Amino acid sequence: MKEFALIFRLSGQSELKPTPEQIQERMNWLAGIAAQNKLADKGNTLSNDSAKTVYANNIVTDGPYTEIKEFISGYVIVKTDTIDEAVELAKANPIFKMGGNIEVREIVQRK
Amino acid sequence: MDPIAERLNQVLPQLFRLEYTKMTAILCRHFGLEQLEIAEDIVSETFLKATETWKIQGLPDNPTGWLYTVARNKTKDYLKRDGIFNNKVSKAIQQDGFEPEPEFDFTEEHIADSALSMIFAVCSPAIPAEAQICLALQILCGFSVEEIANAFLSKTETIKKRLLRARDALRKDHFKIDSLEQSAITGRTEAVLRTLYLLFNEGYFSKSSNHLIRKDFCSEAMRLTLMLTENPLTNNRNTEALLALMCYQSSRFQARSDDAGATVLYEQQDKTQWDQELIQRGHHYLIIACSGDEASKYHLEAGIAYWHTTTDEATKWPRILHLYNQLILLEYSSITALNRTFAFAKVYGNEAGLKEAEKLNLASDGHYHALLAYLYTAMDREKAIHHYQQAISLTKSKAEKQTFTRAVNMLSDTII
Repeated sequence: MKEFALIFRLSGQSELKPTPEQIQERMNWLAGIAAQNKLADKGNTLSNDSAKTVYANNIVTDGPYTEIKEFISGYVIVKTDTIDEAVELAKANPIFKMGGNIEVREIVQRK
Repeated sequence: MDPIAERLNQVLPQLFRLEYTKMTAILCRHFGLEQLEIAEDIVSETFLKATETWKIQGLPDNPTGWLYTVARNKTKDYLKRDGIFNNKVSKAIQQDGFEPEPEFDFTEEHIADSALSMIFAVCSPAIPAEAQICLALQILCGFSVEEIANAFLSKTETIKKRLLRARDALRKDHFKIDSLEQSAITGRTEAVLRTLYLLFNEGYFSKSSNHLIRKDFCSEAMRLTLMLTENPLTNNRNTEALLALMCYQSSRFQARSDDAGATVLYEQQDKTQWDQELIQRGHHYLIIACSGDEASKYHLEAGIAYWHTTTDEATKWPRILHLYNQLILLEYSSITALNRTFAFAKVYGNEAGLKEAEKLNLASDGHYHALLAYLYTAMDREKAIHHYQQAISLTKSKAEKQTFTRAVNMLSDTII
């Protein structure tokens, strides 16, 4: 069994405050993965307000890194045999309705 | 049957269960857990004597007091025998021949403390969880090996071996049946609650068709949990949540099996048979349990059980699904996964429920097929029948086989 990080990305235009329905949908998605016993870590949401980006030469800016017009809003870690399975799990996430996307990355354990 | 024997048959088993733990515990306090067998022998002999004497003389006015007097005397006899032996061996140091009379504090408070300690002793980290339950059933509740084997649908030999290993570990653990120490409470409370939870479930969801034993398991688990809540040292919000859960579940005990012993599914239960008093007790404990910040799995399960006592279909299922979502995130189990999917189907419809169910990957689980069968019932009878048949061949429980067979028969009738 391998572990994959699903990294949620939203674009700058996305509505940040989710509706109760959206929260419910996310919860159902997450619990649905847990019900398949494929959730390794339910992860966390990353704050958009309490955020700074640190650059070289002690330059610090407010907010998340948005050079690519996107920011990471959170992550979860799933456990599946293949990356394709992890991708299948990601496909059902409601983030796409908000114009977001999900990056799927295998976790390589530090030796 | 003559009236004395009949009365004895009614009173003895219950008295035995109630006093067995306490008496063993208080004797272990004296002898130490290393000598558990001696304590148990004395208790067994006491009950044997009670059965024989009471059969002839009838029940004494104060049966419990009678039992403790006999146990005390038997212990004194034992110590005297043992003392003579020890004296002979160590005559040199026992010059004055002074033999202190053993002090037995059989006050109610002392007994209760010892029994409480005993629960913590059994839930030792050195003993695997499954063995802890067997040990609890034997030492804390006085069930026989045969009764335990029957409930677990296991061979007597298997249970015997399991108990032997567990007892060995218990002896080596050197846990003092004395005043409970804070470290033991902190370190073991979680294991204690889990064991009591599993003990209750063993009764409630048992594969055994022996209705009486199952009910006994449940009431024993409740009795022990109640004991924990009654002592400020061992009581906490999680314990209260667990007790609330047990109250709610037991309130449906009568309604969930029919005269033939088959399981009656929640939806078909006669709600007038739900025990309202237990439901009220459940409310009482759940409200206290929720007064803190804790949200253990017992809180979530008690919450689900609470919503099950309500009857407004439209409001309750979203709540139940929400709680199951939290529960499955806390801890995976196939049964939680299946129950969560059932709740999901209740909220979003059977078709959506089926899609969720098919992802679960539990094809070797009888309950999984029962869930699929249920969800297919209105959509595709052939498939529903197929899955019920799978469920029948996979379940070990006689009651469930009966229930599923009945469902197949009903579905087959409607096709014709």
